[in-house]
This record gives sequence, structure tokens and C-alpha cells, in this order.
Amino acid sequence: MYTSLTNRREFLKKMAIMSAMTAAATMFPGILFAEEQEKNLPKGGNLDWKKAPCRFCGVGCGVLVGIDNGKAVAVKGDPKSPVNKGLCCVKGYHSVMSIYGKDRLTKPLVKKNGKFVETSMKEALDLIASKMKETISDYGKDAVSIYGSGQWTIPDGYVASKLFKGCIGTNNVEANARLCMASAVTGFMTSFGIDEPMGCYEDIDHADVFVLWGNNMAEMHPVLFSRLLDQRLKRGVKIIDFATRTTRTSMAADKSIIFQPQTDLAVANAICYEIINNGWVNKAFVEKHCNFKKGLTNMGYGLEDKYNFNDKPEGITFEDFKTFLQDYTPEKVEKVSGVSAKDIKYMASYYGDPNKKVMSLWCMGMNQHTRGTWINNLVYNIHLLTGKISEPGNSPFSLTGQPSACGTVREVGTLTHKLPHGVVTNKEHREFAAKIWDVPAENIPAKPSYHTVEMFRALDRGDIRFMWIQVTNPMVTMPKLKRYRDACEKEGRFIVVSDIYPTPTTDIADVILPSAMWIEREGMYGNSERRTQYFEQMIQPSGEAMSDTWQIVEVAKRLGYEKQFYYNEATHIEEIYNEYRRHHEGNKHAMAPLEVLKAEPGAQWPYVNGKSTKWRFNAEYDPACSNGEQFHFYGNKDGKAVIWQRPYEPAPETPDDDYPFWLCTGRVVEHWHTGSMTRRIPVLHKAMPHAYVELNPEQAKEMQIRTGDQVKLTTRRGEIILPASVNERGVPERNQVFVPFFDENMLINDVTLDAFCPISKQPDYKKCAVKIEKV
Amino acid sequence: MPIKSYLAHPHEGKKSELVQALTSISSCEVIPAENNDLLIVITETTNNTEDNILKEKIEAIESLKLLAMVSGFDTPIK
Ligand code: SF4
Repeated sequence: MYTSLTNRREFLKKMAIMSAMTAAATMFPGILFAEEQEKNLPKGGNLDWKKAPCRFCGVGCGVLVGIDNGKAVAVKGDPKSPVNKGLCCVKGYHSVMSIYGKDRLTKPLVKKNGKFVETSMKEALDLIASKMKETISDYGKDAVSIYGSGQWTIPDGYVASKLFKGCIGTNNVEANARLCMASAVTGFMTSFGIDEPMGCYEDIDHADVFVLWGNNMAEMHPVLFSRLLDQRLKRGVKIIDFATRTTRTSMAADKSIIFQPQTDLAVANAICYEIINNGWVNKAFVEKHCNFKKGLTNMGYGLEDKYNFNDKPEGITFEDFKTFLQDYTPEKVEKVSGVSAKDIKYMASYYGDPNKKVMSLWCMGMNQHTRGTWINNLVYNIHLLTGKISEPGNSPFSLTGQPSACGTVREVGTLTHKLPHGVVTNKEHREFAAKIWDVPAENIPAKPSYHTVEMFRALDRGDIRFMWIQVTNPMVTMPKLKRYRDACEKEGRFIVVSDIYPTPTTDIADVILPSAMWIEREGMYGNSERRTQYFEQMIQPSGEAMSDTWQIVEVAKRLGYEKQFYYNEATHIEEIYNEYRRHHEGNKHAMAPLEVLKAEPGAQWPYVNGKSTKWRFNAEYDPACSNGEQFHFYGNKDGKAVIWQRPYEPAPETPDDDYPFWLCTGRVVEHWHTGSMTRRIPVLHKAMPHAYVELNPEQAKEMQIRTGDQVKLTTRRGEIILPASVNERGVPERNQVFVPFFDENMLINDVTLDAFCPISKQPDYKKCAVKIEKV
Repeated sequence: MPIKSYLAHPHEGKKSELVQALTSISSCEVIPAENNDLLIVITETTNNTEDNILKEKIEAIESLKLLAMVSGFDTPIK
């Protein structure tokens, strides 16, 4: 026994060396190691390595999972993956441990007299179907809803949309990605008429300068950040961290520039001002490929129920735009943003220099913003004015947080207004989807219903009576959480939750379905760079756990949709994927065949003539370009991209005498979102056991607050007590505090505000006013 | 029982100092690249706490510019 364990350790050690050598060889071709070479390492062993995309973040690293006797025991970065080139972060490496937490949900549970009792899967599915039927007959089809996730696999989201939109006939389909990247979508749609980044991670290997817009990449996208640092070692690239707080990213960057919350809008406009004022506009590009527009302003913040907003875009001229920018000289913007005119000019000079390739990267800082669509537009403005777009190294790049926020929510279209191809408001799009779904086109309502915040408000009001929540934890993540938790617990609401562990969301469920997790089933994810990645089922699901896809298929059949849900259990993932691909046929969005996904470390759509597309809208790389020019922004009918006139407007709630601090919330490297998986990985839990409130060190001293002291945070929504963190990981500015949201025992969202961007409907978790007191 | 591998980048001109500092730590094995400023570091510890402490110790080495984890393994609990 002892010998065998020693052998195993020796073997694993050699595997670890081999992985490192392979990663090094990818980063530094021709690299030589004196003491050991790959040939000396043993091949094989009894671990069976299978490829998958990582379970956690939207970077979508390729990993190899080591299976030993039906158990997943090890993970290493896949050296063949162009995403991570063999690297892996602390979460990815430990990912298999999240499968084996002691309290995995293994049996369906039904709430009876306030207590959960075990039941069979058949009975639970019967109950769900009968509740849905009853709700539809009593309150109408718009009283049932599904709330999914950017962690849904592509087939999960596809069958959800087909069942609710196509068969039942309600647009009550939403996903948590509304909370994390809806503004990125509306940013793309308004600027380019088509969603998702034009570039890819390979841009990192070509760019000379990286501007991170409110994006703590070192913690949130660690593997991509390693790639940036690697480029700095090799080529001396510059990294500029433009943020509201000093983080690990700022510390690693070449320059850290701090701005006051919400004023990124003003700074982006000031950069455009500088570009025009210094004659750095790429005139030929702008004339040929861009239009100028403005929209409505003073839109409000969606704080009231049933808030509605529709923008009214209007064409303007370059001269109008130039006049508008007179309010945004660096000197004027310095006053509102706290960023010196010198630093604004410094950033602008990189964007303006024709010899420097610039990549802008962002994630939640720009998206969770009451003017999220606008700030996305403004960063595109900078790249469009200078023509630095859609070519290697010149790339505005919006990153995602979840493994399939792009693949499932954006591409399958699991949002109220979306269809796999197009939108519900378009008759042709409805007819197209209905044909593939084998349902009458009239089934799909032409009007979107509720976006996420409004969906939970509708549940509170009683307009929605049934909600099925899959792979997400809204009872930790909804802003102004208390209202929505109370809503779920109201009489006459029926909530189904499919998950792998107990969470605050399963607490409010009427039925809990145990789900098969990641490699316990077959599926695909789509990452931030339009890469679709396949994973096979590698191990048996825990207990009676069932994939989310098959749970929906089973309920659909019980509701009488056997014809549309004809899939065979053994082959359903393949059948669903092949059906789904039909929605995206054509040069603009074709998806790779399943055989390709099985053989390769993913493929990037549009996948045409056996080739992934790395840079869209550029005729050299993108087969969908057809205007005979070098660039073609074919998402818009006239083939042009839009430069938007969008002003700076303040946040809905700003610090005042009663609530003098800004409260910003976010993530930490150890935990993935609400921590329901990573908190069950002992090493990660120990490394980051609970939430905290980060304070400005100087101010903490004035208030006599030290690390570990209890601090009360009070907002207009309520109060919460958290331990202080001073000079530890991140350093906020004066009058600002930061709290991570992963800890279900310290629910910071009880006190956040449910204001959202009127265009994207994405809430702003980064800004509200708070009072701070030492307890 | 964690076994991890890292790529360690030294500060300019500090490769041999970094090799020396790392080899003096008993749970670290170091494989320097012959023709590049890069080292492979393998750590072997008995539990996660020890592993964390070790990582902190490595990260505190002055000649180290960047430490990137490549892979890690746990000997399976049977
Ligand atoms: S960076 Fe993201 S995708 Fe890559 S290993 Fe870490 S968590 Fe997984």
C-alpha cells in the first residue's frame, strides 16, 4: 500500500514537471531544460486524461481531467489549448474537488409543511409538470418562467428556450448573465448591430498597450493576465490599469490610474476629444466605415416597477460630435473624474499613436453600470475613431465571467427578447425559429416580457407564479436582495431549483432537483472569444443527479411536447447541438460541427469552410465580409459601425451627508461567484474563508478601524456587519469601500441598489451610498 | 497531499539567485531552463496549509518577478 502511494506520488510529480515543460515550450519555443527532458518521463500511468473547458470562468481554459477508477482526481492545463497554452489558475486546478463536496445534492427534495422530504426523480418531475399546467390554466402562460445561467451548457439553454418560447409560448426566459454582461451585448448591438467581440485572445500576442477599464484581471481572469505579463517579459508591452480602487492588477501594471466612480464616461469622452483635437482620427476609416448617432439622455435608472425605456437614435454629423466633446476637455474632466489632465492625455496618446496597437479589456466594471451600454459604446468610439479595431492587436475586448455566458446566454439567446437567431420582435426571426422548433410561429410572442430584475419584481407582485431556477444562485446575487427573497417566499409562488449543492436559493425552493455537474454529463460551453468547447461525460453523476438538459426534456414531455422533444437519451446532446446549429447557418455565425469540437480544443464561430474566424469584420479573416473593402461591419444594414454621442451622467445614488461612502461589490480570485462550489474546496475556503469590507487605510486609521474589527455598513436598504480589511488585498480610495459578494453568510446584496442601465437592464453593483461605523 | 508545478520568472539578471533561494527550500525542486530566464518549480507538501505557507514563502523571494502555476495534483484519497 505504502509503496503504491509513493509510486503514485513519483508519477504525479513527473506529470507536474511534464506539464510545466510543455507550458514553457509553448511560451518559449525551443526552450531547453538541462536536468530533465520530456523523453525521460514515463508515459501513461493509469490516469486517463480527457479534455474539457474549465468549469469556472469565461476565459474558458482548456483543461485535462485525470480520471482514475471512475473518479476525477487531477486537473492540468491543456497545452494544446490556444486559450491557456497549458496554464491553469488556482480555481481551475482545484475544480474537480468541487464535484465531491460532502453535501452534494443527490436526491430530489420536495418541501412539505416547511420541511424538505426526499422523493423519487419521477415524482418530482411529475409534480413540476403538473404545477406548471395548473399555473398556466389559472393565471395564463406568462405566469410561468425560467431563470437560467451563463453556466448552463449550450444544450441546457437551448431546450429551455425551445420549451418556454416555442412550446409554452411565453418570453419569460432569463438568465443570470443579465447581471453580468447584458451591457456588453447592448453595447455591441448598438455599435455594430451584432453581438460578441470581433477579436480574440490572440490579440494579446500582438498588442503593444493594454488598457484595463475597471477590470481586475489579475484576480478575475488570471490566466489571461499571465499572458499579458508574459508579453511584457518578452516584448515590453505596457499595461495601464484604469480603475476605482488599487488591486493586485494595479500593483502589477505599469501604470495605475484611479477615477471616481461613474466618471469613466467623462474620461472616455475626453480621450475622444484628445484624439480629435490632436488630429489622430483615422479619417479614411471613419469616413468609409462609421456613422455618428445620438440617443436619448436622462433616461432614469429603472428604480420603479414596470419601468420602460426605448432609445430613439438620431443621426448626427462628425462636426456635431466634435462640438459635443467641447464639454470634455481633459482639464474639465479632471475636475469631475479626479484623473489628471496629464493622465487622460497619456492614455489618449497611446490610442492616438498610429504605431501602437492597443487592446482595451473590460468586464464587470463597465457592464455593471447604470450607463453600461453607453460606456461600452464610448470605448468602441475610441477604437473606431482611430481605426484600431478588428485586426491583430487592435481590439476592444469585453471579457465574460461565466463559462458559457457567451455560448449559451448570448448565442442561444436565453434572454426575454432573444431567439437563437435574432429577436422575438422580428417576425421573420420568429418564423425561422418556429420552423426549426416544429411549432406554429404564432406560439412565440412578439413582445419581450420581463428582464431579470423585473422578473423577480413580477414574482413579488404575483404576475409570475412559477419560476424554475437552474445553475444559479439569485438569493445571493440579486441586488436589493431582501425584496426578492421575500417575494419568493410569498404564498402562492412555486419555485423549482436545480443545483448541485444547498444554497440560499435552494432554501426558498418548493422542489429541489439534484443536477449532474460539468463532466458528470456531456455538453458544450462558449467562452469570451467565440470559442465553443465540447466535453464528454467522464464520470457518473452523484446519486440520482440528472443533467439540466434532461430535466427540462422530461418535463417538456410531461407537458405534451413529445414531438418537439423527440431526443433519445443516449444521443440527445448530439441531436440538440445539430438542431441548434441550424439556427446559425450562414457565414456570419456558423457553428463548427460536433466532430470538430470533439477533436479540437474548441472552434471559433463563424466557422466556415473548416476554419475558425479569429477577427471578424476584417475581410482578410472573416468570410462574411462582402462589401469589397478591407472592413465590413455587416451587423448593421449599411455595413457601418456607429460612433455614439453619449454624455456623462451621474449615478442614481451618490454619497451624501447621511451615507458618505461609495459601496462597490465584486469578486476574489479564490471564489467563483457565490462560492457555492469553491467554498466546498477546502484549500480555497481556507484561503478566503469569509467576506470582509475593504477600507482606505488612511481613513481606517482616522476611524480607528483595524483589520478584523467589526464594521457596520448601512444603506437605504438595510445594514450588515462585516470584518474590516485594511491594507490587505485591495486598497479603496477615501470615501469608498469594497465588499466581495461570495459569502452567503454575509449577504452584501441585502443592502445594494437595484438600479440598472435603461438599455441593457443590467444592475449596477458597483455604486451605491453607504454609511460606515465601527461596531 | 498537493504536488504543484509553477513557472518562475526571475528579475533581470537574478536567475542564479532565484535558483539558489528556491533550492534552499526543502519541499521545492527546481529545474532551470538552459537557454531562457525561466525556472520550473515543483512543490511537494503534505497538506494544503503547508502548501499555502510554502507558496507565500516562495512569493516573498526578492529575485522572483512572477510565479505562474501550471498544474497541480492531489494524491487521491482512497
Ligand atoms: S482562468 Fe478561468 S477558465 Fe482558466 S483555469 Fe482559471 S477559472 Fe478556469
